[in-house]
Amino acid sequence: MQSGFVMLAMSLLVFLGVYAVGDPVEILISPDADQFERERAVRALGLDLPLWQQYLVFLGRALQGDLGRSFVFNEPAIQIILQRMPATLELAFGSMFLSILIGLPLGLYAGLKPDSPVSKGIMATSILGFSLPTFWVGLMLIMVFAVQLGWLPSTGRGDTAEILGTRWSFLTWDGLRHILLPAINLSLFKISLVIRLTRAGVRETMLMDYVKFARAKGLSPNRVTFVHVFKNILIPVVTVVGLELGGTIAFSVVTESVFAWPGMGKLIIDSINVLDRPVIVAYLLMIVLMFIVINLVVDIVYTMLDPRVRLEAKA
Amino acid sequence: MSGVVLAPVETPLRRFVSEFFASSIAAIGLAVFVVIALAAIFAPWIAPQNPYDLAVLDIMDGRLEPGAVGGSGMTHWLGTDDQGRDMLSGIIYGLRISLLVGVGSAFIACMVGASLGMLAAYAGGRTDSVIMRVVDLQLSFPTILAALMILAFLGKGVMNVVIALVLVEWAYYARTVRGSALVERRREYIEAAICLALPTRRILFNHLLPNCLPPLIVVGTMQIARAIALEATLSFLGLGVPITEPSLGLLIANGYEYMLSGKYWISFYPGIALLITIVSINLVGDQLRDVLNPRLKK
Amino acid sequence: MRQTIAALFLAGTLSAGAQTLTMAVGAPVTSLDAHFHQLSPNNAVASMLFDRLVNTDAQARNVPGLAESWTAIAPDIWEFRLRRGVRFHNGQEFTAEDVAFTIARVPNVPNSPSSFAGFVRPITRVEIVDPHTIRFSTNGPYPLLPQDLSNIYILDSTTHAQATTEQFNAGPMAVGTGPFRLIRHANGDRIELERNAEYWGTAPAFARVNYRMITNDSARAAALLAGDVDVIDQVPTADLARLRTDSRVALAETVGLRVIYLSFDHSRDDATPFVTDNDGRPIARNPLKDVRVRRALSMAIDRAAITSRVMEGSATPSGQFLPPGIFSHVPDIAAPAFDAEGARRLLAEAGFPQGFRITLHGPNDRYPNDGRIIQAIGQMWTRIGVRTAIDAQTWTTFVARAGRAEFSAFLIGWGSNPEGSHPLRNLIACQSRERGWGNSNRGRYCNEALDQGLVRALQTLDDADRERQLMALQRQAFEDVAIVPLHIQTNIWAARRGFEVTPRADELSLAQSVRPAAAR
Repeated sequence: MQSGFVMLAMSLLVFLGVYAVGDPVEILISPDADQFERERAVRALGLDLPLWQQYLVFLGRALQGDLGRSFVFNEPAIQIILQRMPATLELAFGSMFLSILIGLPLGLYAGLKPDSPVSKGIMATSILGFSLPTFWVGLMLIMVFAVQLGWLPSTGRGDTAEILGTRWSFLTWDGLRHILLPAINLSLFKISLVIRLTRAGVRETMLMDYVKFARAKGLSPNRVTFVHVFKNILIPVVTVVGLELGGTIAFSVVTESVFAWPGMGKLIIDSINVLDRPVIVAYLLMIVLMFIVINLVVDIVYTMLDPRVRLEAKA
Repeated sequence: MSGVVLAPVETPLRRFVSEFFASSIAAIGLAVFVVIALAAIFAPWIAPQNPYDLAVLDIMDGRLEPGAVGGSGMTHWLGTDDQGRDMLSGIIYGLRISLLVGVGSAFIACMVGASLGMLAAYAGGRTDSVIMRVVDLQLSFPTILAALMILAFLGKGVMNVVIALVLVEWAYYARTVRGSALVERRREYIEAAICLALPTRRILFNHLLPNCLPPLIVVGTMQIARAIALEATLSFLGLGVPITEPSLGLLIANGYEYMLSGKYWISFYPGIALLITIVSINLVGDQLRDVLNPRLKK
Repeated sequence: MRQTIAALFLAGTLSAGAQTLTMAVGAPVTSLDAHFHQLSPNNAVASMLFDRLVNTDAQARNVPGLAESWTAIAPDIWEFRLRRGVRFHNGQEFTAEDVAFTIARVPNVPNSPSSFAGFVRPITRVEIVDPHTIRFSTNGPYPLLPQDLSNIYILDSTTHAQATTEQFNAGPMAVGTGPFRLIRHANGDRIELERNAEYWGTAPAFARVNYRMITNDSARAAALLAGDVDVIDQVPTADLARLRTDSRVALAETVGLRVIYLSFDHSRDDATPFVTDNDGRPIARNPLKDVRVRRALSMAIDRAAITSRVMEGSATPSGQFLPPGIFSHVPDIAAPAFDAEGARRLLAEAGFPQGFRITLHGPNDRYPNDGRIIQAIGQMWTRIGVRTAIDAQTWTTFVARAGRAEFSAFLIGWGSNPEGSHPLRNLIACQSRERGWGNSNRGRYCNEALDQGLVRALQTLDDADRERQLMALQRQAFEDVAIVPLHIQTNIWAARRGFEVTPRADELSLAQSVRPAAAR
């Protein structure tokens, strides 16, 4: 219900926002096209109607699942985006996987031994992860690992294998080699985030009475860490990583342009550059929908994991 | 600390200050940040050149190496960029823009977000749901894309970037503050304050806000860093501050094209400056967080 | 599953052999329908899959394609003799029917954002004389028809009768007579091609081609240096110096057809929006209407400094549209010499001894170094007393505003057909719906006498005579400083050792332009 309202409000905002910028015909048309050809193009793209009528036409079709036709590809915008989606999804999940894989153990260590030099090193490095602009790190990675050392390919998606009619690169060796650098690039920020959340969570939980009690009871430190502490800190980490999935997919715009990764983020930048409005609108609305779904899922998971929230909701 | 030794009076501020400086790293971070902030504020008096004045630039001095002497006899300690802009001056002025954008947008967004978040938590009911619906609307939209669209609409400019960043970030503060305010509101001291019939404003700002501060400071620190990095990214994507008045991010983006060709200084030194700035802010924020978090006390 | 992985891995190793060419281009290809969107990257791919009646060589000269010869048999009738024995990739024979079908399809591609219709509009009647002879009637003498038809890719009347753009993009309809066949099209990522063994012309050197799109300049250059790709186009100027000295890489360069120029506001006689006096007050009359001011601003620009320092040698200073060696280039128009003193004198003569203030607009993501060039010009103008502010915007914002004539002075580029009438018609001629001229005349320059001369020139079938007229018209336009050309870009490809590229003036990156390099 509320989600429906959010979608409708966003569709209006996004549509008006996107359609207020620039003049696609001016961008798309050959510069030597005469007035006659320009008018034909304006009609062909449906831009001759007043804005509100364009929105109503769009809304009417959107309700039937048609988000318009790309100006430059002459194919349904949804179809274009879906074609590019697997590439972005595997990049986003790859980077989330890396961020948990690297971030959680490091954060745990830093939280359990806050005063050791290693922990201080971890925390200092995590600050770097927040600080470095993604695009700059991306080029550094290419410079070092592809150009100087020649270990990994610099750009593109490499070989793909097909399952269920979709092509994935994590199924081939070449594909994995291609995905590694962009996934690291995209995960840097989240690794730092996971480290910090885990450390903060561990430090707070260690001071909680039930943990003190568990320790006083003489439970082994490992058991205390992995059962009592770990379970408790998972909540914020799950929430944030879950919420970050949408952000990751959106932020892959930058990584994808640096690494020429043919996903949705690259598509949206290309589409903005040529003002392919139907694709921009369709993409943004899909992102909104995804965020709504993610928030919903996180809420549910959160409720399952934290009894306090459940009580709160009942109260 | 004068020679006269006074009996230490344990005020909250003093305790806070002494706890903060217990960490030497945080102290260094604060010192560095103060130096950076002073350099940014007094840029016109410190920088050897006004890098925004086209009349003093000469493309014939473009891409000079660090330490080289330009046509006007000036020594460029950190080299020059493609326009012949002295990198040292460019970085000092760039700091100014980056800090203005980062701190300015974080501050405004924090004011707006925190007020709305507290209001939502305290008032509850319809006010709460309306505010939180708008927050949801905002958060259902990725920061970078929202900022891209807003800037595509507003056009380039320092103020426009600040506006865009405030518009995309206030919701984070609102959500954070509402979250902790909801928890705090159920505590006894607030209930006591309500029973005492203290004015709402006083409960909100004197009792509720201080206890919501720790998470707000963590989010705020992260957001300053994020705002600065986001501004750099927007500049990299071609929508940000004007090319004639580059921020650190835009300087990096400009030099980025020259990285492969070995002219590292155009991108490298602004990158370092950006790094030091953000790291120092984060160090300060980190320590603040530890000091201010009541649950970590004792 | 494991078998799939193994098979793919094997395929990966095998395709790394010398028979495969991997090239990376900077601009995304949006459609394989050769008549959908008139856009260079699309035309490049079309030139590999399809042929035209009139093909163009690397120097942008017309050469026989699917037509072996063409002549004007009457002032208003062109006759084309078609090549015999040419077959489409699916075995269909090429005949005059296919040409007639193509001419009819071109204006009727649904939803086209920029159609090719303008190139066939001069044709009033198509007459098939026999399967290998076709005649086109035009409305009066029309010397540019072969030129126009060098943009039209020929489809097959049976195969493509109902073909939609989607079917082209998906692959099944991407069937032409060209040197390559399509294997796979991954939208926005890569196009895989194989050699057409039955090609009527010179056989391509590589059995397979992997045509990749890497739009980020640095990433493209890095891919070449890392050995992931063999050839890249649009080599970023920042990397030129390094690549020139790198023994693993060879550059292929040729002067292109794209001129970068400044345009001034000719549309307003009174105050122009971005010019003020030195105190920031508007000036009642538009100084840019005074030819002396325009000439002063042109003289104040050190073109040599821009091409050497900003463009790193990848451009040639110019005072006109076309480079030497191209039809209707004017040998006696030199690039205006840099003369700051003279510029100040001219400004004083025009009544601005103290100069004025101006904002120079331009894009910052369209042409190589566009944002840097306007900043450099800002420096140069400021030095002669014209205090210049720079406003660089993204192309999408910029071009819409420039099209509405909102700016006083701005930088923009133009890619010419190799014929002086093309830039004259579009950039200099008065905007006219009837004539279809002045389409990119964003400064709104207008000189009726010049237009009359252009009408006459465009009815002159004799090439030598037409060239003389076009040269005279260009002299007239540049004498009046209608626009201020800065430089003509050099088109640059970079190839790894073992590969050799024939650089093309028309900027198209074609796989048939690449050959294995002779052993050294």
